[in-house]
Amino acid sequence: MGGFTRRQFLKIGGAAAGAAALGGGLTTRWFGLDGDPVDDPGTDGDRVVPSFCELCFWKCGILAHVKDGRVTKITGNPAHPLSRGRLCPRGTGGIGLLYDPDRLKKPMIRREKRGQQEFQEVSWEAALDYTAEAMLRIREKHGPEAMALYSHGYGGSWFKHLLKAYGSANIAAPSYAQCRGPREVAFQLTFGSTVGSPENLDLDHSRAIALIGSHLGENMHNTQVQDFSRAIDRGASLIVVDPRYSTAAGKARWWLPIKPGTDLALLLAWMHVLIEEGLYDRDYVEKYTVGFDRLKAHVADKTPEWAFTRTTIRPEVIVETARALGGARPAALVHPGRHVVWYGDDTQRSRAIAILNALLGSWGRKGGFFIPQALSLPSYPYTKYAYHPKAPPDAPKNSVYPLADEVLASGLCMASIPGTAAYDVKGWLVYGTNLIQALPQPDVVQKAIQALDFIAVVDVLPMEIVGWADVVLPEATYLERCDEIDAPPWREPFAAVRQPVVEPMYDSKPGWWIARELALRLGLKDYFPWKDSVEYAMHRVHGAGLSCDEMRRTGVIRGPRVPVYFEDGLEPSFATPSGKIEIWSQRMEEAGIGGLPDYTPPEEPPPGMFRLLFGRAPMHTFGRTSNNRFLASVERGNELWLNARIATELGLRSGEMVVCVNQDGVRSEPLPLKATERIRPDCVYLVHGYGHDAKGLSFARGRGASDSRLVTRVRVDPAMGGTGMNVNFVRVERAA
Amino acid sequence: MNGGMLEVVSGRHNAGIDPGLHVWGWEVPVYLFLGGLAAGLLIWSAWIEIASGRRPESQALRWGPWLAIVALTLGMGALFLDLAYKVHVWRFYLAFKPSSPMSWGSWILVLVYPIAGMAGLGGTSPEERALVGTALQRVHLDGVFGRLVGWADSGRRPWLGASMAVGIALGVYTGILLGSMASRPAWNSGLLGPLFLVSGLSTGAALLLLLHPTPRERHQLAGWDGVAMGVEVTLLALLLLQFATSGQSGLLALRELTVGAHGASFWSLVVIGGLLVPLAVVLLERFRGLPHTPLAPILVLFGGIALRVILVSAGQATGFRAL
Amino acid sequence: MTPRYAMVVDTRRCVACKACVLACKAENQVPDGFCRDWLVEEVRGRFPNLSAENRSERCNHCGHPPCVSACPTGASHVAEGGVVLVTHHKCTGCKACIAACPYDSRYVHPEGHVDKCTFCLHRVQEGRQPACVEVCPTECLHFGDLSDPDSEVSRLLATRTWKVLHPETGCEPNVYFLK
Ligand SMILES: Nc1nc2c(c(=O)[nH]1)N[C@H]1C(S)=C(S)[C@@H](COP(=O)(O)OP(=O)(O)OC[C@H]3O[C@@H](n4cnc5c(=O)[nH]c(N)nc54)[C@H](O)[C@@H]3O)O[C@H]1N2
Ligand SMILES: Nc1nc2c(c(=O)[nH]1)N[C@H]1C(S)=C(S)[C@@H](COP(=O)(O)OP(=O)(O)OC[C@H]3O[C@@H](n4cnc5c(=O)[nH]c(N)nc54)[C@H](O)[C@@H]3O)O[C@H]1N2
Ligand code: SF4
Ligand code: SF4
Ligand code: SF4
Ligand code: SF4
Ligand code: SF4
Ligand SMILES: [Mo]
Repeated sequence: MGGFTRRQFLKIGGAAAGAAALGGGLTTRWFGLDGDPVDDPGTDGDRVVPSFCELCFWKCGILAHVKDGRVTKITGNPAHPLSRGRLCPRGTGGIGLLYDPDRLKKPMIRREKRGQQEFQEVSWEAALDYTAEAMLRIREKHGPEAMALYSHGYGGSWFKHLLKAYGSANIAAPSYAQCRGPREVAFQLTFGSTVGSPENLDLDHSRAIALIGSHLGENMHNTQVQDFSRAIDRGASLIVVDPRYSTAAGKARWWLPIKPGTDLALLLAWMHVLIEEGLYDRDYVEKYTVGFDRLKAHVADKTPEWAFTRTTIRPEVIVETARALGGARPAALVHPGRHVVWYGDDTQRSRAIAILNALLGSWGRKGGFFIPQALSLPSYPYTKYAYHPKAPPDAPKNSVYPLADEVLASGLCMASIPGTAAYDVKGWLVYGTNLIQALPQPDVVQKAIQALDFIAVVDVLPMEIVGWADVVLPEATYLERCDEIDAPPWREPFAAVRQPVVEPMYDSKPGWWIARELALRLGLKDYFPWKDSVEYAMHRVHGAGLSCDEMRRTGVIRGPRVPVYFEDGLEPSFATPSGKIEIWSQRMEEAGIGGLPDYTPPEEPPPGMFRLLFGRAPMHTFGRTSNNRFLASVERGNELWLNARIATELGLRSGEMVVCVNQDGVRSEPLPLKATERIRPDCVYLVHGYGHDAKGLSFARGRGASDSRLVTRVRVDPAMGGTGMNVNFVRVERAA
Repeated sequence: MNGGMLEVVSGRHNAGIDPGLHVWGWEVPVYLFLGGLAAGLLIWSAWIEIASGRRPESQALRWGPWLAIVALTLGMGALFLDLAYKVHVWRFYLAFKPSSPMSWGSWILVLVYPIAGMAGLGGTSPEERALVGTALQRVHLDGVFGRLVGWADSGRRPWLGASMAVGIALGVYTGILLGSMASRPAWNSGLLGPLFLVSGLSTGAALLLLLHPTPRERHQLAGWDGVAMGVEVTLLALLLLQFATSGQSGLLALRELTVGAHGASFWSLVVIGGLLVPLAVVLLERFRGLPHTPLAPILVLFGGIALRVILVSAGQATGFRAL
Repeated sequence: MTPRYAMVVDTRRCVACKACVLACKAENQVPDGFCRDWLVEEVRGRFPNLSAENRSERCNHCGHPPCVSACPTGASHVAEGGVVLVTHHKCTGCKACIAACPYDSRYVHPEGHVDKCTFCLHRVQEGRQPACVEVCPTECLHFGDLSDPDSEVSRLLATRTWKVLHPETGCEPNVYFLK
């Protein structure tokens, strides 16, 4: 069927639109022959290239359809264990990035003062020479450690390698101290293993799930949402703890609209009930944990009534939900969250979550946390790093973060303000992170940038950070390049390849090429012995005894299934100092924070103000997709959620434009109000990633408001330096 | 449940469809009006002759069918402008879909032209015939013309009958087109057919009244016009009554027309300005000797347009999405 | 048995992420500013006693499609499996079908013809799932043949409570919403 469709006719005709339309009207089959062919929109590719996604950091397998040299659509790769043929909304949106008319097209060098967004287009030669010279100068004058790399995104591996070869260990991402750092530290302390990304959650088989803020369904990590949905389908009891009636709360058996910042009280009370009622996993706790007795004493007075006065969650609900969790153990899990830098006590809260999971016996158990396994691929041999880099300066002079196990992006930023840290950072190389929106306290960030000797930005779009660069290096998008092989620990081991789907557009270049060209200019040739990234990647695939052919054809190779639960014979082991699950943590105790998590009350919002909360919209990733016209076709701005009753009291109506004014007098861009029953009266909420003011973002600029601008205060986690950001308060005013 | 508050967010923002349906603008109501007017012209010019058994005395009535053709052609022009795929217009005539009033309509339109033409020919004066005949001589079509005229004259009564029949079909169809759409509460009534027919009759009469009929014709036309308006008022009342008694969707329509966004214009332009006032004027003219003025016919014509514009718009403003 | 295609939407699983909308747009080259499927999110109640329903909606491929009845040219027609389609080259853009559809499922394509969900019949004929169904990360969209009692859609309707939108239209919609 189908046959000669109108659309095809148009293409063949190719004449002026009017003539073609006329033709389309008159030349169709007449009378008896005038059938009703089923129209084929013709978006299936004549070439289908498997690769993996970079619209966020989950790295789902995709199939990119190419027709007449253009990518027509992106679908999920059924063979890839992280997509299973399905995609989150952003995953289909690669075409909107690839064909974004605002893309960075040529290398550029700054013309005016930093931040003025005035640039001169130059050749790659000129831009690379300029960058390499600046880096050499910094190394000469201040030592290699004065050069820092901020990197977020999978193409960053080439630059991390470059910086290590160059001699600096100052490599940071906002995905640690601004995201999941406290969680990783807490789980490392407790179980001797981080949760990692993709998280080792066995939601799929869970019978009871508690979400502490994690707004799955809006937070759209593909596989996790798939698993979550299956759990719902199988009737898992869902407990959603969130001051806002999130999408997930809409699925929940219990929605606990908790007072923001008081989750620790609830978690302690849950422990109290589990222990009091003997609902915890006695065997598991006895066998695998240390410190249970201390915990028992510690939570003896953390009764549901005690928690009620702090959290506003009714005691009987606390008991019921604790029983639901205890009743389903070990297929019960308290979700560790991901963006957990909220109140500065986040390592403590994450520890409480880890401990609860220990009580439920869910670590290493089906329906809890599986023990992920990775496929190991040999590395491509290169010269060993020659330098013994200096320790990062990122602990500002007056405090230290004893448990931080990654470099803090916020710390490097601080250290760039002269005289505040152990030594000064003088140069930034920024890869794939818009620090203006990703780091809190925009004034600090700008001050740091102004003090630098040099800043280069590798990006695909003219984001805010690009406007501050001395040199702009336009990268090809993920659909135009090959990157490092992805072989993360997962429920089943696998390795996946990112391969170029189409040639780089404009004068953009893949990251591997940029890094290598810089290396050549920095005298670091031996560190980049590969011809190109494809050779590099295939070398690793081949080295692992896998078929390069198969890899390129299917995009992914799955390893043999291995046991991932203790009950399947996997030997429990915990890489903690005691070799056991540490309910009581010696290291936390020694760090002066406390071996067991303790509740500290959050600061109350001043009268007339609301706590500022923020989160994700399913079809966007932070601010990086707000200029993606394809994704924006379903969401093109954010709204300010305010409790409906409060809105009425303030005389504000849904849909009218409002501004937020924070405790330091900073005003947001105007955005529409959403007066709703879906949020507590003491907080407001908006989706992160809007409010762009970069000139080059012709679509996103001026849409919505930026939460980042309002985060002028942070409460730093004393354990690992995470920047708690939910500590800002705003007034809501009608926009002038 | 839960106290009944409802927050609805719809992600559909299709142009012409959301936030409210707006696919038919001025073109369709103008077409419906002109179609109704054409129907009225056809019916009156035929009926007055049939009823009196005499050829019309005035130019206006003799030319009624020609006016109808002009009105209909203008109306079809408006309809053509409304088509989103104009080069496919001929597709109307590759199909007859009994379930589609639009299809009926397009075929009725095809019938109207020859019938109205024959009725119009039969009404021409000898001078007019001579004039045209001479003109056609040059292209050697005078013979055909002559035969047509003969045919029109010999079958005068059947042609007039046919003219009335297609007029009625046309008038009713303009109402059925909307009335068949159960999807739009404010259109969802079988009364729309007769309503649009009588409205067409009164606008047709009104136009003829403006074109200097003889006093006798005026008397007849004004009389019928009054009757049509009376019936129209009754039908409108029945329509509202029907809406009031046909559940949720009817109430939605009733609200929209009487107190909703279309309320003010409905009452002022359709009911009062377009019906009650001209009806009163006509009654005063007839029974209280008020001198004849163009006031009533003009109001009726405006009322006729207003009725279509408001109904077309109100129908689109009401839909199941609000239920 | 001739097939009777239907879609079953599990509102309990749907998270209103709109992947279905975007996949449809890409698959079917839906023009800018329009969509063939869309999300309706309803929240009922007062803080903190709330309930929510997310519906991925599209043309219902009605058993009694008034859009087809209203179409003067036959462009709107019932195709294989009860799928309601618009043949572009027959469509005049008169919009009678749009006015006739109680669900407002149609729109005028910038090319002039009327457009709407096709149940991706071009894929279904090749044994593939509609694009929206294929992409949905929560697996809440199900497509299949109701005339086959063993099909997934038949089984879901037999075992779960469901509704259709505005049954009072009498159109006999074939998109079902599980509660
Ligand atoms: N679509 C999409 N998905 C994404 C991303 C994206 O950009 N777009 N980003 C990914 C990344 S990197 C991350 S880190 C994750 C982040 O996703 P999550 O880890 O789920 O992020 P949070 O910021 O913790 O979640 C915000 C939610 O926490 C609630 N909340 C705020 N304060 C409190 C509180 O005091 N207590 C409780 N219990 N809840 C609170 C808010 O109301 C909101 O619902 O999302 C990932 N997934
Ligand atoms: N106020 C506030 N701050 C936050 C958060 C929040 O919710 N609110 N969330 C925090 C969290 S959880 C995280 S993980 C971080 C995320 O922080 P970031 O990862 O910095 O996120 P974005 O701000 O989206 O910046 C991504 C940048 O990468 C660029 N980019 C996209 N693709 C490519 C590519 O292929 N190559 C290159 N070279 N560049 C590319 C984009 O154009 C953009 O400039 O932000 C943190 N900061
Ligand atoms: S979760 Fe979505 S955006 Fe992230 S990698 Fe997967 S498909 Fe892409
Ligand atoms: S893709 Fe699935 S979960 Fe997402 S909105 Fe559509 S139907 Fe709902
Ligand atoms: S939903 Fe509307 S367009 Fe679809 S078949 Fe039914 S009436 Fe026709
Ligand atoms: S717009 Fe096209 S499909 Fe719709 S009724 Fe008219 S001709 Fe038929
Ligand atoms: S079935 Fe196909 S055309 Fe219909 S909404 Fe889904 S993807 Fe779009
Ligand atoms: Mo994150």
